[in-house]
Amino acid sequence: MRTSRTRHVGLPRWVFVPAVLAGVFVVLPVASLATRITWSDFPDLIASDAALEALELSLRTSSASTTLCLLLGIPLALVLARSQSRWLGLLRSLVLLPLVLPPVVGGIALLAAFGRRGLLGEQLDAWGVQIAFSTIAVVMAQTFVSLPFLVVSLEGALRTAGERYDVVAASLGAAPTTVLRRVTLPLVLPGLASGTVLAFARSLGEFGATVTFAGSLEGTTRTLPLLIYNLRAVDADAAVAMSLLLVAVAILVIGLVRPRGAS
Amino acid sequence: MSTPGTPASTATSGALAVRVGVDQRDVDVAFEVAPGETVAILGPNGAGKSTTLEVISGLLRPDSGHVVLDGRVLTGPRAWVAPHTRRIALLAQDPLLFPHLSVLDNVAFGPRSTGSGRRDARAIAGRWLGAVDAVDLAERRPAELSGGQAQRVAVARALAAEPRVLLLDEPMAALDIAVAPALRQLLRDVLVDQTTVLVTHHVLDALLLADRVVVIEDGRVVEDGPTGVVLSRPRSAFAARFAGLNLIAGTATGTTTATGVRRPDGTVVHGVPADPAPRPDAPAVAVFRPSAVAVHRVAPGGSPRNALPVTITELEPLGDLVRVRSHDLAADVTPAAVADLRLAPGLPVTFVVKASEVDVFAS
Repeated sequence: MRTSRTRHVGLPRWVFVPAVLAGVFVVLPVASLATRITWSDFPDLIASDAALEALELSLRTSSASTTLCLLLGIPLALVLARSQSRWLGLLRSLVLLPLVLPPVVGGIALLAAFGRRGLLGEQLDAWGVQIAFSTIAVVMAQTFVSLPFLVVSLEGALRTAGERYDVVAASLGAAPTTVLRRVTLPLVLPGLASGTVLAFARSLGEFGATVTFAGSLEGTTRTLPLLIYNLRAVDADAAVAMSLLLVAVAILVIGLVRPRGAS
Repeated sequence: MSTPGTPASTATSGALAVRVGVDQRDVDVAFEVAPGETVAILGPNGAGKSTTLEVISGLLRPDSGHVVLDGRVLTGPRAWVAPHTRRIALLAQDPLLFPHLSVLDNVAFGPRSTGSGRRDARAIAGRWLGAVDAVDLAERRPAELSGGQAQRVAVARALAAEPRVLLLDEPMAALDIAVAPALRQLLRDVLVDQTTVLVTHHVLDALLLADRVVVIEDGRVVEDGPTGVVLSRPRSAFAARFAGLNLIAGTATGTTTATGVRRPDGTVVHGVPADPAPRPDAPAVAVFRPSAVAVHRVAPGGSPRNALPVTITELEPLGDLVRVRSHDLAADVTPAAVADLRLAPGLPVTFVVKASEVDVFAS
């Protein structure tokens, strides 16, 4: 709801001090990156083969995992928002687990399931399918950590939108799939868009689960965050330059599809 | 099952039989609606009106009871038809137009969902927008409409789905007093031959739209009969409080500013034209509240008054007042007046009501 620019109940003045401090705390380190760099070398540093390869891999895997998040996350959010099962609370907690789990633990869990000697991995290995330490593993690690972001924002949007329009659509003769396609999803498009951006951004920055489950193999699993970590010890300047590149990409992504005001 | 291309012969289909038993809300009501008939469900808040509509539309499965439409069991002990295949459209007090679709696409939604192609659906939508006089709104977004316009479009959208039964849940409740009469008139026009169940708080809605009235109180049907009978001679407490109107039917006389109703015996009851306005010599009904009626032993003079010679048939207490009845007419007077005038059944008296207190409607 948009309100006019009147001041509501006045905030106590002291609140502004920690608020500004919080803003500075986030902005200062990111801005400092720009001071740690020799700008004349910057083009060469980010245009190196390794950097471009890692950036391309990052964008490719993040796009794939975001698509996977949409395919799996939209139905899951619908079930969580609309179903009335009493197991729903438990299901929601389990799905949100990756949100609070350390990513490294997520990576170890993925290994336990899909690694060569994992629960499913052993059978897959017998069929000649090896997932761990491949590009597919990167996508799976990213999907694992990003899925809750999409599900949470979409479920919130679905609950806010309510079922009233769905009921009207059904009374006009629309079958459930038609209602979903023509009414439910169009109405939660802003929530879906912001959830997608969050999932993509989280995938782009994924490190812990990826390095554990997919390793850091140049060309196949070494995404930009992994490359930056590798370079940090041997070529600090390059690491800073690539960090700046990642910051630029992140700002671009958020700027493109910024979650717009209302919730 | 609805099949695309089924002709929408509304007058011969839409026979509805409903029995709703919901233990948790202590509701047990039953009524029938004939093809093409409009039935108004009246009752206080929480009486079970909305529950009944939810059961008919298939949103709520009752503990017991049934919904039978044209001989097909939609809801029953061993039957269940999904809401979207029932062909029962619902129009609530909030128009709930889909905010992301234009007005035209909103109205085309029903036909489109039941199998029509995009072009056919839009043609059907255009015709219904014409029927509700909203063609010029076709390209607008719902956010750009006024409350009255949005509800008109919602009516068109519901009817474009060619429902066998239309459910109206207080369709006028959220509207401005100024625009409600126009929508009421619109519904009068489009609900001819459309089987309709109308839930309302408003006596006027029932009077002008319904063929029959079902009064629900505390989850039970307490009255079920022709509108005129229920509203003029209510037996239930609710109907007496909210209705209990005096209705005099006849043909309209007079001009657009001063009008009246000529009764079959030739006497004229004078009143003021209301919305929908009566046309001379067309059927009309004069409506006035019992509290607007004074009782006299001798007819008084004075031209702006109607003097109706009657014989008292009964006296009944009504809160602080006494309702004096003469067949279909009633007057509410104080107990002191009853004592002063020594009113009693069988006594000939004169009911007097000012013309300005009498609303005359086309009927």
